[in-house]
Amino acid sequence: MPVSFSQAADKYDVVVIGSGLGGLTSANRLVYCGYKVLLLEYHSQLGGLATWFKRKGHIFDISLHGFPYGMVKTCKKYWNKEIMNSIVQLKDIVFDNPQFQLKTTFDRIDFTEKLNKQFRIPQSSINAFFTRVASMNFYDDQSMTTRELFEEFFPGRSDVHRLLMEPISYANGSSVDDPAITYGIVFSNFMNKGVYTFEGGTDKLIGMMTAELEKNGATICTNARVDRIITEKGIVKGVECQGRTIEAGSVVSNSGITNTIHNLTDQDAFSSEFLERANTVRVNNSSCQVYMGVKKEDKINDIGDLLFTSTTPEFDSSELRDFNTGSKTFSVYYPKTRPGHNQYTIVASMNANYSDWEKFTKEEYEKEKDALIQRTLSDLNRYFPNATERMDWLEAATPRTFNRYTLHTQGTSFGTKFEGLAISRSIFKEVGGLFHVGSVGIIMSGWLGAINYGVIVSNDVDAYMRSRD
Amino acid sequence: MTRNAIKDLILEIIEDIDEDADFDTLQADKPLRDQLDLDSMDFLDIVMELRKRHKLQIPEEDYPELATLDSCVNYLEPLLADA
Repeated sequence: MPVSFSQAADKYDVVVIGSGLGGLTSANRLVYCGYKVLLLEYHSQLGGLATWFKRKGHIFDISLHGFPYGMVKTCKKYWNKEIMNSIVQLKDIVFDNPQFQLKTTFDRIDFTEKLNKQFRIPQSSINAFFTRVASMNFYDDQSMTTRELFEEFFPGRSDVHRLLMEPISYANGSSVDDPAITYGIVFSNFMNKGVYTFEGGTDKLIGMMTAELEKNGATICTNARVDRIITEKGIVKGVECQGRTIEAGSVVSNSGITNTIHNLTDQDAFSSEFLERANTVRVNNSSCQVYMGVKKEDKINDIGDLLFTSTTPEFDSSELRDFNTGSKTFSVYYPKTRPGHNQYTIVASMNANYSDWEKFTKEEYEKEKDALIQRTLSDLNRYFPNATERMDWLEAATPRTFNRYTLHTQGTSFGTKFEGLAISRSIFKEVGGLFHVGSVGIIMSGWLGAINYGVIVSNDVDAYMRSRD
Repeated sequence: MTRNAIKDLILEIIEDIDEDADFDTLQADKPLRDQLDLDSMDFLDIVMELRKRHKLQIPEEDYPELATLDSCVNYLEPLLADA
């Protein structure tokens, strides 16, 4: 169990700020490397956006929707086999929109068949497309956009673009105007073997990670908001938290990259050239969610695990972020999600802009949240009739909610656009001992991206720490 | 460290990463990545493990030197001469 900040020592090898999956994984890798590690989380609960909350017997997962098969190997290597063994496949991914309806296992074999039989795309074009996206690397030329990639292989086929893009937009907030390589890398990860989830839910996963981390010797404090990263002559010296100074050789910030640079660190610590580059980093969009708990005596028949739905006639990447978007995903949680916990819940997710929500007064805000819930229920009726009467809990989250719990600039739920990756990875070359881990650059996003990035960054930390010895 | 010892060290590290790795048919001059289903994260693990065990700092630009078993041995031989 996390301890109170008053129990933390005055000096550590490494302080990790924030306990998202990237922060947790960095901390775990660094204790494995032999460092004395302190993890400080501002919230009362660990996990960052990998989180959950309980209402009236229901447990709502915020970001469990589905991750690629790569999580199996990643959890085995960087956490433990018990965590790995809880990963299970979601086999029914549903698409329903005015352009097409289908059900898929979301892997290359099934997508190929659907594209060929239902969409009438020649086999050779499908193979060429898959080969192209599978060969993409993050260091490749990034001048081609995903829109151009789609047009090259499936010209004028808005329906195919929708099938290929919509799930990825929900997974990482990207659009057809982002670099094609970010699309190719993420899409190929999913196409490897389909979509997976964590049996037992987010609470179980974070509980298991916390136990592993503590077993390995890390000190974890919740309700401990770091006010400042202390630097001296361009080198990290520690952090300031609740009026105390904690000395550290390195600080890994799992706060947002823009928060890390602008809110946590003295601006004098950076060169003007670096700050200029950092200022060009665009944060990604945020999300809205509606959490719906089904009454105890009722149940949801098998309507699919993850539903990509839309009432918008033609696919339009920017429409997904519109305030009144007709596009949303429904993540359906059956009792199989949490064996022994006999509850059905549905979480609807939409992409959203912070700017659309920040302007409301308190009254307007509550009214708009209610309207969002009503729009969602009305869409859900198509799959779960009389949805309103069958629920005993309804609640909405907006970009403001995401901002409140994560402190992320503009409540971003997907980190930054591509340029954020280079800034994140080079920050320690600017300020010795200062590292950033967290969703950046689209590809280092989602549960798998965040965990793997935590490993990549802890390698940088280890190299830096040993170079000082 | 002898060339054979370095080879064993690399195989031991890979075995820790993937206990199902099959070394029987491994060709020392062919990319490890293709033969053992290793990805870029696995190579990062090898780098971290070499640093942990032998205090070796392998810069990112040298990662391609770890592509095959032979190239690993060639690259690491001078670095592990005193190990």
